[in-house]
Amino acid sequence: MWAFFHKLGSPKWFYDISGKFLLWLAPITAILLIVGTVWGLFYAPPDFKQGNSYRIIYIHVPVAVLSLSGYYIMAIAGAIHLIWRMKLADVAMRCAARLGAGLTFLALFTGAVWGKPTWGTYWVWDARITSELVLLFLYMGIIALYEAYDNKVAASRACAVLALVGTVNIPIIYKSVDWWYSLHQPATIKFTEKSTIDPSMFYPLLIMIIGFYCFYAVALMLHMRTEVLSSERKTRWVQALVEKRD
Amino acid sequence: MSPLSTMRRGMSATLRRELTLLWRRKSDSLNPLLFLLMVSSLFPLGVSPAPDVLALLSPGIIWVVALLACLLSTESMFRSDYDDGALELFLLNPQPLYFHILVKVLAHWLLTGIPLAILSPIIALLLNLPPQAIPILVASLVLGTAPLVFIGAIGAALTVGLRRGGVLLSLIVLPLYVPVLIFGADAVKRASEGAPVPGQLAILAAFFMLSFALAPLAAAGALKISVDS
Repeated sequence: MWAFFHKLGSPKWFYDISGKFLLWLAPITAILLIVGTVWGLFYAPPDFKQGNSYRIIYIHVPVAVLSLSGYYIMAIAGAIHLIWRMKLADVAMRCAARLGAGLTFLALFTGAVWGKPTWGTYWVWDARITSELVLLFLYMGIIALYEAYDNKVAASRACAVLALVGTVNIPIIYKSVDWWYSLHQPATIKFTEKSTIDPSMFYPLLIMIIGFYCFYAVALMLHMRTEVLSSERKTRWVQALVEKRD
Repeated sequence: MSPLSTMRRGMSATLRRELTLLWRRKSDSLNPLLFLLMVSSLFPLGVSPAPDVLALLSPGIIWVVALLACLLSTESMFRSDYDDGALELFLLNPQPLYFHILVKVLAHWLLTGIPLAILSPIIALLLNLPPQAIPILVASLVLGTAPLVFIGAIGAALTVGLRRGGVLLSLIVLPLYVPVLIFGADAVKRASEGAPVPGQLAILAAFFMLSFALAPLAAAGALKISVDS
């Protein structure tokens, strides 16, 4: 088991294995996303109240779900880096931070676009929107902290500590924002709950969520491969790889 | 000498050192108070001096400004120790860094958080907070500034090695301040409407205990990284 663990830390091994992994994961992702998108956009029935505008749910919900799981993926990678000083975990953490910030922004953006026809406004201080905004700030803080350090080894470890502090805080933030919102809740807004969604709308959503998880894995691996190549550019295996391509 | 009594002596020595240092640099503890006073007085100028508007906004204003004052004061928490090398000695010390930070943060809270809470009734008068909310305001600030200072210590420890840590510190720490702000401001708001608020104060006390137990751990890890780099 430990041999496997140490292999995981080797950038070259990761580069080789992720290349093979991507070969079948990327097509699966593409199929899931295409099936989910076509089903969701063309075949799922229009909503009784919102008409066709609800269809943005097929992007909005998956990115929102992933933006939160992405934080935990980042924090776990950070913890592994802190404890075992594993180089790859550090790369994973940094890539997950950028991906997560992007997904969180997308979730807020699609939410605003959806909010305009549904609620008549781009922004409301809804509990989920507010939590998502705080999550974006948490991601931004980690990226800003990383950029501020000149010594990148210390930067990743500092970011890992901050990510772990955030992990303890996220449930508290979510609960308190939820509670805060229940006090100030405006009566006019009703969010479609997942449990009340019709199966004919839910199955494409489920496919999209799974598809986005696969997409996240693909994007994270691609991003990590690029980072690995650029940080290992002076080693022999990368140079051999480049020569083979030429 | 038993390890426990060595630790106790170490902690009381740290407490004495921190209080002496803070006492000698009085401006460090005084500036957050002036900040609270000045920024609070900007709101009537910027928003409205109408008493009923102020009464509505004052719980939130006082809490947000007190939060910012705490944040600004935490930036210097480890700065001078880092600059003169005292921090490296603390890391070499056989005493656990956890207790050193715990005591340091508590000293910092005694000389910034508590004075902020004591000054807050004056701000409450300026901003027309209903008088029945003033005891709750003081209580919520006493309980609430402690987690603010503890969380701020993590941010200060992470940014102490950086030349321009100021804005970065706020970026890191402000999202973590959200729960404390929600419950603190809500306690004062409820109290100003005459409602009982034991729940909010209990939750603030829970935040206090949680940050008391966990934040020095994170700050110790962060300080080791900052000193190594």
